[in-house]
Amino acid sequence: MNESAGSLPVQARRAFVGLAALVWLALESAACERSEPAPRAREDALVVFAASSLRDAFTAMGSEFERAHPRVEVTFNFAGTQVLRTQLEHGAAADVFASADRRHMDELETGERVGAPVVFAHNEPVLVVPQDNAAAPRTFAELPSADRIVVGTSEVPIGRYTQRMLERATAKFGADFRSRVEANVVSRELNVRQVLAKVSLGEADAGIVYRSDARVAQDRVHVASIPSDINVVAEYPMAVVTGAAHPRLARAWVDFVTSRTGQRLLRNAGFTLP
Amino acid sequence: MKLRRLRVERTLLPVVGASLVAFLVVPLLALFAGGSASDFEAGLRHPLVGPALRLSLVTTSLSLVVVVLLGTPLAWALARAEGRMARTVEAALQLPIVIPPAVAGVALLLAFGRRGLVAEWLYPEGWSVTFTTTAVVLAQVFVSAPFYVQAATSAFRRVDPRLLLVARSFGAFPLRVFRRVAVPLAAPGLVAGAAMSWARALGEFGATLMFAGNLQGKTQTLPLAIYTALESDTRAAQALSMILVVVAFVLLVFVRAALRRSAERDVRHW
Repeated sequence: MNESAGSLPVQARRAFVGLAALVWLALESAACERSEPAPRAREDALVVFAASSLRDAFTAMGSEFERAHPRVEVTFNFAGTQVLRTQLEHGAAADVFASADRRHMDELETGERVGAPVVFAHNEPVLVVPQDNAAAPRTFAELPSADRIVVGTSEVPIGRYTQRMLERATAKFGADFRSRVEANVVSRELNVRQVLAKVSLGEADAGIVYRSDARVAQDRVHVASIPSDINVVAEYPMAVVTGAAHPRLARAWVDFVTSRTGQRLLRNAGFTLP
Repeated sequence: MKLRRLRVERTLLPVVGASLVAFLVVPLLALFAGGSASDFEAGLRHPLVGPALRLSLVTTSLSLVVVVLLGTPLAWALARAEGRMARTVEAALQLPIVIPPAVAGVALLLAFGRRGLVAEWLYPEGWSVTFTTTAVVLAQVFVSAPFYVQAATSAFRRVDPRLLLVARSFGAFPLRVFRRVAVPLAAPGLVAGAAMSWARALGEFGATLMFAGNLQGKTQTLPLAIYTALESDTRAAQALSMILVVVAFVLLVFVRAALRRSAERDVRHW
């Protein structure tokens, strides 16, 4: 017992010395990096908080905006609208907030955290099914025939829209439409990409996501439009954050997103225009 | 000179220790500082809590049983084995700790999903384990087993081989030596490993969401319920988090005590 126990501290000490050396090396190299002067080509940084679904469109717009404003660097923070809202409420330094949901924006406006919002894009929910699944439904009316349906949880916007669509569909297709669909719901996901992942991996037979998200997986999923008398289109509002470090630039960004170029880039990413 | 050094070391040690304790405990206290007792009560009454708490307790108990039943013999074998093969297996078993849980969930889907690697062999009729309570347990076992196996392996390694030899020379069969000598001697390490593994399973979120989905009463464990509440109401999420922390703390104390008692009983029988 003593022999084996006695050898342990030596090993531990060796491991500790090795670890300490690594830490020292890391600190040393960090210090070296810091001592070099950082290239500072751009003087102003515009910080944009945006819903995850805007990532592709806004990233493209960011480069365009920087081309038009050579001294400005656009920094994005993409996350779920609720996460961004929490960050803003805890005093995160942002200039612009672009939300995937009207409700969060309205509540922020009531709390005077943001200025008056403008709706700059619409995003239309669509039905997605795995591409190589012959049994999967092809239209919204066939949705109850799917064995495994994945939707958003009612706490997130896509889930709320789905609920409202099911209510409208019940009025159109018959009283048991909603209950037949809900009997086959196997998961209520926390965001659109989770819904999409499960459908594109073939794990679920049908899901409801935004058109802009469905584009990302268009080689793996089949996309079907939802009839306009049932569909609930998502509105994307954007506002300048109260106390923004760069209010003028922030307004320039809002103008740019609503300009012809901005709207074209949004359309390319699958959004429709208000 | 020597005395002063001794004094410095004596004061330094608690300071170093205390700073880490503070770093680990302050965020947990902040969770409670912002809320009141009535918040906690409201949290308990939140519609998401009941089913999620029940599901968390059931699934983590099951995964703990699976982990201990399968992990103990494995750890024993690893502790006794020598050679590169055993070391490689041991290192590979640590990987689930390193990879992000969501990636673990994707990996589970790619392996055991409806179109997974072993799908045709596992479910020829097209069914799959995804979106079931079993999937929750599997995800928990996947992320938590390495903690137990690691702790158990080092615990078994510290058992004096001469004691095992003595037991064998008295005519005890290997299984009896394992159960009556090795396990009781390694018990403190096994208990610590089991508690850590259980705690990891209780907090498991990413792999579960990916592999099992999020459906109340079926796959929505407490961490998933917290995240779901976070989407609409931060205060509710905070209340639910307090419940998770309290439940985890009480159960950790209880599980450790219970496991230790049963281990001590084993020693006495021996």
